Amino acid sequence: MDRNRLHNQVASMRRSLFDQGYLDDQFIQLEELQDDTNPNFVQEVVTLFYNDSARLIQNIEQALNSSPIDFCKLDDYMHQFKGSSSSIGAKKVTNECTAFREYCNAENAEGCIRSFQQVKQEYAILKRKLEVYLQTVRQASQTA
Amino acid sequence: MVLAESGFSSPRNDAFPAGLRVLVVDDDPTWLKILEKMLKKCSYEVTTCCLAREALNLLRERKDGYDIVISDVNMPDMDGFKLLEHVGLEMDLPVIMMSVDGETSRVMKGVQHGACDYLLKPIRMKELRNIWQHVFRKKIHEVRDIESLEGFESIQMTRSGYDLFDDGHFLSGDDTTSGRKRKDADNKHDDRELSDPSSTKKARVVWTVDLHQKFVKAVNQIGFDKVGPKKILDLMNVPWLTRENVASHLQKYRLYLSRLQKESDIKNSFIGMKHSDLPSKDSTASFGPHKAMNMIPDDVPNSTYSFSASNSQAQNVDLKGQVDLKGITSAPMAEPKGALSVDIRDSHEAKSTQMSFDHSLGSVDSAVSFASFNSTTPLQYPWTEIPEIQFKQECESLHLENGFSQLPLPGPSMIENEANRSRIEVKPLLDECRSNFVEHLGPVGAEDLFPIQSKSQSLNNQVFDLISATKSSMKTQDVGLNYLADSEFALRNLNASGVGIPLATLSEDLQICWLQGDCYPMNYGLQDLECSTYDNPALMAETPFHLYDVLRFDHEHLFDPTEYYAIDQGLFA
Repeated sequence: MDRNRLHNQVASMRRSLFDQGYLDDQFIQLEELQDDTNPNFVQEVVTLFYNDSARLIQNIEQALNSSPIDFCKLDDYMHQFKGSSSSIGAKKVTNECTAFREYCNAENAEGCIRSFQQVKQEYAILKRKLEVYLQTVRQASQTA
Repeated sequence: MVLAESGFSSPRNDAFPAGLRVLVVDDDPTWLKILEKMLKKCSYEVTTCCLAREALNLLRERKDGYDIVISDVNMPDMDGFKLLEHVGLEMDLPVIMMSVDGETSRVMKGVQHGACDYLLKPIRMKELRNIWQHVFRKKIHEVRDIESLEGFESIQMTRSGYDLFDDGHFLSGDDTTSGRKRKDADNKHDDRELSDPSSTKKARVVWTVDLHQKFVKAVNQIGFDKVGPKKILDLMNVPWLTRENVASHLQKYRLYLSRLQKESDIKNSFIGMKHSDLPSKDSTASFGPHKAMNMIPDDVPNSTYSFSASNSQAQNVDLKGQVDLKGITSAPMAEPKGALSVDIRDSHEAKSTQMSFDHSLGSVDSAVSFASFNSTTPLQYPWTEIPEIQFKQECESLHLENGFSQLPLPGPSMIENEANRSRIEVKPLLDECRSNFVEHLGPVGAEDLFPIQSKSQSLNNQVFDLISATKSSMKTQDVGLNYLADSEFALRNLNASGVGIPLATLSEDLQICWLQGDCYPMNYGLQDLECSTYDNPALMAETPFHLYDVLRFDHEHLFDPTEYYAIDQGLFA
């Protein structure tokens, strides 16, 4: 019973993550890569992503806070961040990154700052959702 | 046998592409992990690293340890494109670039720097599954390259090239198998003469930075214009290095340089080349080195070469060509009029031959036909892997089939000039060239072929159009064409006979055929021209394009007799 409930929960969480556009196809790729040799592949990758993102976010903050703003560097960091978030299929985050880069290209500091807030926000939301989701997945597999 | 040499079977399992040894370079740890997993799922052997320098070290340490490199474009310690170039120059491995940025300009840059593919992130596993094709393709090209180099060497050995023709099967316009057989036989010859016989096909020389520096130094010392593998080898003073190693590296180097040059000079390379527009790199060099220039028939405009050489009196046509990495290959072209080093040796008949070569490396299937001169025999050059091309000598006009872009032909006045002005346009579709060509040339009277015109006239009318249709596949996946980068020039010193400039076929990827039917006023000139080379596509295939530079029809040009065919003999097979 419990198991079924958990599984159902997992299924519905997953569906909503996709439906609401938090995750895209790339995430499915990750899931497909998970196998017996790497049973926790998805979790591992996502963890790597969090760590790397934390670092990048910090770099971007710093760059935004410096004056004058080095837009080149900013763009570079954001490019990396975008690459990173695309790796796990973090769709909304990636989109915000793209928006940010436009402001960056236009050397619009205000725009960059605002856009970056969006990026951080989306990132935070995704991270939370993913953590809950993966935890539920773990629980479900454990109750098997 | 050759394939076996290429290492398909070892050190991996036999079930190629399983076990393909991939080196992945990416500073993003998340991607590195994902790619590693994906590649492992494809049954490839994966090594990862997150720094470009680390990657280079790994590559240098284990010289033959990897089959392919996949690298991200943006890396903190070194630009991905730089890494790409290093790998290409030193290790000559196929490199795939990746990026989250798919802008056309970036992709183009990647291709220009020699990437054999450019993947956009996020990367799907199915995209990685097929990367083995790049390895395979390269192997094939290398084989061909080596063969042609060997052929070149063997030809050099014989000095006259006649030996090569003596063999019956040369005349039959065979496929490369016979060529290979001959090669094997010749290899024995070659081995004796080469300083390092074991290096013929096997050990791949790793061009370390040091070695490359020596090479560049030697090249600069000699003077890029006059450079040739033997000279470089002598200067470099590296005992274990063979002339072939140097020759093939020189090929790539030229390509690399011309690529750099082209980046700022694209337009100029299109269309008729004014010789002055081209860097004076004599050697055609840039012909399709497998590496970056895979000419594929694409949408690249065709280049035509036209040049006129005065005949018999020295036809010295200085052919210089450049390959435009953007897809146009400039075959060596004769120098523009004034500069045309057409030495008129015998001034007796100031004949000038005007030849325009259209090199269109078009789609494999296209056939080019030219109006034939007197005899309308189509020339076919069957290359093993290339579709047939038909060449017909053209008297007056060229027709190209298959929509090859027609290169501007020399003005009508030129044609008019002499009744017999003949113009041969060759559009080599890098496909098959058949020696028939030679046969067909026979009937044409020299006069017809190379009308003699006043020097000035010919020069003035020269249209040196070098339009090579080179579609550079540049390592893109589908190269339909492997243009032979064999070029053969049959230079002829004319003496009353027409000037014959034999077909030059570029080995490797670019095949440029120069039809010179004209030059044979009489019987073909086969004899004169040793055009027999035409007879044997395999042969032609074997002459590395770098021969071009040797073939300078220019007197002042030096060609090192030891290295090149006796241009003075007028013929080269």
